[in-house]
Amino acid sequence: MPPSSLTSARIPFYRNVRVLTWLVQLLFALGLAVFVWLLLSTMLENLRKQGIPISFAFLTQAAGFGIAEGLAFHPSQSYLTAFGVGILNTLRAAGIGIVLATLLGIAIGVARLSRNWLLERLATLYVETFRNVPLLLWLVFTYAAIRETLPRLREGPSLLWGTVLLSNRGVALAWPELSATFPALRPWLLLALGLGLSTWLWRRYRAQHYHPPARARALGWACAVSLLVSCSGFLWTWWTAPLPLETRVDLEDNTVFVDRNRNGTREEDEPGLPGVQVTLTTPQGRWVAQTAEDGTFTLPEGVPSPPTFTLTPMPPVFWSVPRIQGFNYRGGLVLSPEFAALLCGLVIYTASFIAEIVRAGVLAVPTGQREAARALGLSERQTFTLVIFPQALRVIIPPLINQYLNLTKNSSLAIAVGYPDLFSIALTINNQTGQAIPFVVMIMLAYLSMSLLTSWLLNMVNRRLALQTR
Amino acid sequence: MLRRYTSLGVMGGLFLCATVALAQTTLETVKNRGKLVCGVNTGLAGFATVGPDGKWRGFDVDYCRALAAAIFNDADKVEYRPVTAQARFTALQSKEIDVLSRNTTWTLSRDTSLGLNFSVTLFYDGQGIMVPSKSQIKSAKNLDGATICVQTGTTTELNLADYFRRLKLKFTPVVFETIDQTFAAYDSGRCDAVTSDISQLLAQKTTLKQPNDHVVLGEVMSKEPLGPAVRHGDDQWLDITKWVAFGLIQAEEFGISSQNLATFADSKDPNVRRFLGAEGGLGTMLGLSDDFMTRVLRLVGNYAELFERHLQPLNLARGVNTLWTQGGLLYTPPFR
Repeated sequence: MPPSSLTSARIPFYRNVRVLTWLVQLLFALGLAVFVWLLLSTMLENLRKQGIPISFAFLTQAAGFGIAEGLAFHPSQSYLTAFGVGILNTLRAAGIGIVLATLLGIAIGVARLSRNWLLERLATLYVETFRNVPLLLWLVFTYAAIRETLPRLREGPSLLWGTVLLSNRGVALAWPELSATFPALRPWLLLALGLGLSTWLWRRYRAQHYHPPARARALGWACAVSLLVSCSGFLWTWWTAPLPLETRVDLEDNTVFVDRNRNGTREEDEPGLPGVQVTLTTPQGRWVAQTAEDGTFTLPEGVPSPPTFTLTPMPPVFWSVPRIQGFNYRGGLVLSPEFAALLCGLVIYTASFIAEIVRAGVLAVPTGQREAARALGLSERQTFTLVIFPQALRVIIPPLINQYLNLTKNSSLAIAVGYPDLFSIALTINNQTGQAIPFVVMIMLAYLSMSLLTSWLLNMVNRRLALQTR
Repeated sequence: MLRRYTSLGVMGGLFLCATVALAQTTLETVKNRGKLVCGVNTGLAGFATVGPDGKWRGFDVDYCRALAAAIFNDADKVEYRPVTAQARFTALQSKEIDVLSRNTTWTLSRDTSLGLNFSVTLFYDGQGIMVPSKSQIKSAKNLDGATICVQTGTTTELNLADYFRRLKLKFTPVVFETIDQTFAAYDSGRCDAVTSDISQLLAQKTTLKQPNDHVVLGEVMSKEPLGPAVRHGDDQWLDITKWVAFGLIQAEEFGISSQNLATFADSKDPNVRRFLGAEGGLGTMLGLSDDFMTRVLRLVGNYAELFERHLQPLNLARGVNTLWTQGGLLYTPPFR
């Protein structure tokens, strides 16, 4: 048979591989589309039968519930705001968790490679214990431990000259607080930033272009300039900036507030003024009090009323020292037991995985690298920080991204310890409004964008660290 | 925990896949399945708890048993699904459960936008606040700035915010998913007070480390009519859940209990004869057998028996939950 007849013979389409591949893919796509359409139409039909229309209109309605953590939230604010507070709470837990888990993970991972027998064994024990028990269990355990073992509010210890208070209500730390005059400081801070940045650029330019080459010390100069400007701004603001014009004192609640609508009484939406020094003058003597972050101040017992008030602004940023007043801590930064439990659980659990990633990364660097570095006369520490670890990072970063994403998504277990994260708040809203489908979509979108953002950022880091080959 | 994920998933899943079940009424589904699936509390003394023998018991559980008795003539043909406050409505909407008997407050928004139909108020409750006795708090007005433990997904959570807003007081809510978590946190001193329906406060008080060191404040913050609920879209099923609940109350009014049921078998009172199914065909109208209330009374009992069995031991008084003939709120439309 001549070879030409073989090639010229027409292949039927059902035996033509090219046609078949297209056909199969087309059929699959069609089948998928029909399936999705069927599911969607059934769902909409079912929802319609139960009289639950899908809509996002409810998002602007008042939430009606309170949220303990994060941005100040009032029940009269909308569901959408509540959702936003939830996102911020999740970001707070995930952000701090990622930093701490990375530090702890690197420490444990390096310890597992240590030649110190005890350290190595302890690190191994850590990894095996924490990564082999479900996270939920650690969360519940940590929370119960914090709640049950720490002393009650008034029995709790006061550490470091009263700047740290500890109890099963949480940890209260002394914290810089912005006072009523802070807005006047803002332009100064912007100026400091701008001047610092230009100093940095100028020093770098000078070092590169001047002869003979000089040491840049760009960062040091930039910091010095910024610091100088902010400090002068701080003092200037402290001495000159006045309190807002509508500042009033509410004698019933002992609150200093901004009377926005000038009716003399405090409304729900009128904020208290923090950092105001209240001086009371009476025939019997003088008392001085400071307003806390919510604008309240405490009068000592037995102050005759009504005294005469003088209000003087405090420094734009002041040191707020926590104290126990009434039922709770006042002032300072309070970390709740719920937040602490969530953070602890997430950090110790994720760190055990990160430790293994770090160990794998370090072991992946060829031994020759270490030997060469040692032969060049670098010390053990120099060998590790300058030669081994930078190379290990290339292996470490990609799986590390996974762990960061896991940590962020795992933070949705927060409801188990009563921390109002995105998922917990969204479920509460769903429970009240019955809009399950919109909310599942919103929760998914929120987590999706958080995860995509994280991996995008880290992929950029990864690209910078990757080996440049030409 | 898992329950919530499942019901969210099932919500999606079942909404999507329940094409086959669509054709059937709830009663048919229940009968074909051979048992009733009843959503109950995850654990609340007096209303729904698992006993040492592994069986569910409680006021809400007995309502499920009554329903099963009316349908199957067997009070044990019930599968109990413990659902959290958070997950309960989704569970009902997604057909994971047939009826929700889980101390659920009847409100307008739940009745409409959540797609629920409440049948009958079986227990008239109100929200209260419990504090440690040594705190010297006498009234909710003393609670300015307090931390308050509360269960999420409840009307309680909303009433609390409303109440403190009205009094212009500040509070910090610490919200938990289950009642147990809520009260464990309160017991350890995490919160200055805990708030819930008064029946729940009294029930949970017995589980605290030192039950006598806690007091329920006198204020009643809200109205909490509790009762079973079903989903929109099946009127027959709503009627069944409604009239079985009415039947429990009506039986007490007639004075018929599980103990003396036999003595009413040859009663001449036409009302009683209709009620017990001897004449009138009332059960058939509901899609049940005519003697459905006889079955309920024989296997479960009447309202008073349910109350004595489960709620009396918690020191809960009948209060407004007595018959209208005795000045209470329990009043049923006539069985005819």
